[in-house]
Amino acid sequence: MAVVCVAALPARAAEAPPGASSCSGCHPAAAWVKAPVVRLAGMPAAQIVTAVWAFRSGQRPATVMDRIAKGFSEAEIASIAAWYAALPQ
Amino acid sequence: MTTRRRFLTGAALALAAASPPFRPALAQGAAARVVVVGGGFAGASCARALKALDPRLTVTLIEPNPTFTACPFSNLVIAGLRDLGEQQFTYGMVAGSGIEITKQAATGVDPQARSVTLADGASLAYDRLIMAPGIDLRWDALPGYTEAAAERMPHAWKAGAQTMLLRRQLEAMEDGGLVVMSAPANPFRCPPGPYERASLIAYFLKTRKPRSKLILLDAKDAFSKQKLFQNAWKELYLDLIEWVPLSAGGKVTSVDPAGLTLATDFQTYKAAVANVIPPQKAGRIAELAGVADRTGWCPIDPTTLEAKLQPNIHVIGDAAIAGAMPKSAFAANAQAKVCAAAVVALLAGGTPAEPKLINTCYSLVTPNYGISIAGVYRPADGQLADVPGAGGVSPLDAPASTRAEEALYADGWFRTLTAEVFG
Repeated sequence: MAVVCVAALPARAAEAPPGASSCSGCHPAAAWVKAPVVRLAGMPAAQIVTAVWAFRSGQRPATVMDRIAKGFSEAEIASIAAWYAALPQ
Repeated sequence: MTTRRRFLTGAALALAAASPPFRPALAQGAAARVVVVGGGFAGASCARALKALDPRLTVTLIEPNPTFTACPFSNLVIAGLRDLGEQQFTYGMVAGSGIEITKQAATGVDPQARSVTLADGASLAYDRLIMAPGIDLRWDALPGYTEAAAERMPHAWKAGAQTMLLRRQLEAMEDGGLVVMSAPANPFRCPPGPYERASLIAYFLKTRKPRSKLILLDAKDAFSKQKLFQNAWKELYLDLIEWVPLSAGGKVTSVDPAGLTLATDFQTYKAAVANVIPPQKAGRIAELAGVADRTGWCPIDPTTLEAKLQPNIHVIGDAAIAGAMPKSAFAANAQAKVCAAAVVALLAGGTPAEPKLINTCYSLVTPNYGISIAGVYRPADGQLADVPGAGGVSPLDAPASTRAEEALYADGWFRTLTAEVFG
């Protein structure tokens, strides 16, 4: 898998991997947004990956996350999780 | 001639002073100018995302209204279950994040000169233009339904005064009155919206005027979350809501505001309260800019969300033809962030990454009964297409606890989205 290099884009927020910016409509990326759903910013990446996989396989009950998780590959989920993990809590 | 730039930092000021009036040499490091037309879920989101991704950009938001009134949840206002004030947001935090706000209407776009004309005659140059004009109602599409008619038969499809007008009419109606709604053919803003509205008006009638009835005349035979709505109606509003699909003669062909009647090819319905949701098109400025096609909507590239009909102009939100993505606030916000990333990449001479987008929409059948639809999208065959195997609606056989949970999530959805855009 290709390694994405964002070092060429200085003075910017880290580029969100595909899908991540949509996730933040419910799971805030910005510190000022308070949300009733689980906050992913600053959460360990492995914890996010485990949860999304469980939603995707149906092991973990969900309302919408089961339907959304099925739209993402393991690599995409890993990238999004790493992006959230790197955000300030 | 040109307005703008009231609060520049010293560094940005130096850059601005070095810029020629048109088309700055980006390669030399001048601040690129991005203009956003429309301060709704799409436009305001995009302006903020642009500034967050590249603080050096000069981002101008053109929006004449000092207050934004959100459509999602406005059906609760109509049913008397929510205050209109809870739908309203100002642009203070948008301005506070370094975005110049031009408080007037855009009246024209010159794609060749890359400039936007404003209501006061001034023009604003751009390197990239984001158009998020939302919808306009098609006053030529339904005989009898004029702007004046909407004062008697509100559409309430742009939230604000129309929302309150419909609410007051329902409040004033005698118990036993007939409410007649008319829903348009696809595409239109908020596909499940008419059915959520019918549900919540029925809730209002059931609790406040139980001898009344609601007839929903529809120009379609199928609609969003249909089975979920119909099951709920059977359970909760059996004698209250009558849905008349296209194939049963549901398409309204003319209205008469004086007599409060709606006519189909087969029958004329006399309403005590009439809610006409007319056919729609992209906001007029899209047409003036030459980015709308003959359908009245704007075809876009699925990766950059750039208009297919004009270069350097991107169209996001309800005005765009976004393939499988519905015209929803969440979709508008998702598109805005993808568009911002694409614009930043393009201005830097790069190639935007292929995006992936999500939509999640909740509808309320009662204040404690929520249902949802979700989708995941990616570019395919020149469109934003559904990712196979993902998305779908709430389960048909869910217990009341799930419906209650989704109603809570609906509320969270609104608060999170509006906080991200306006907070």
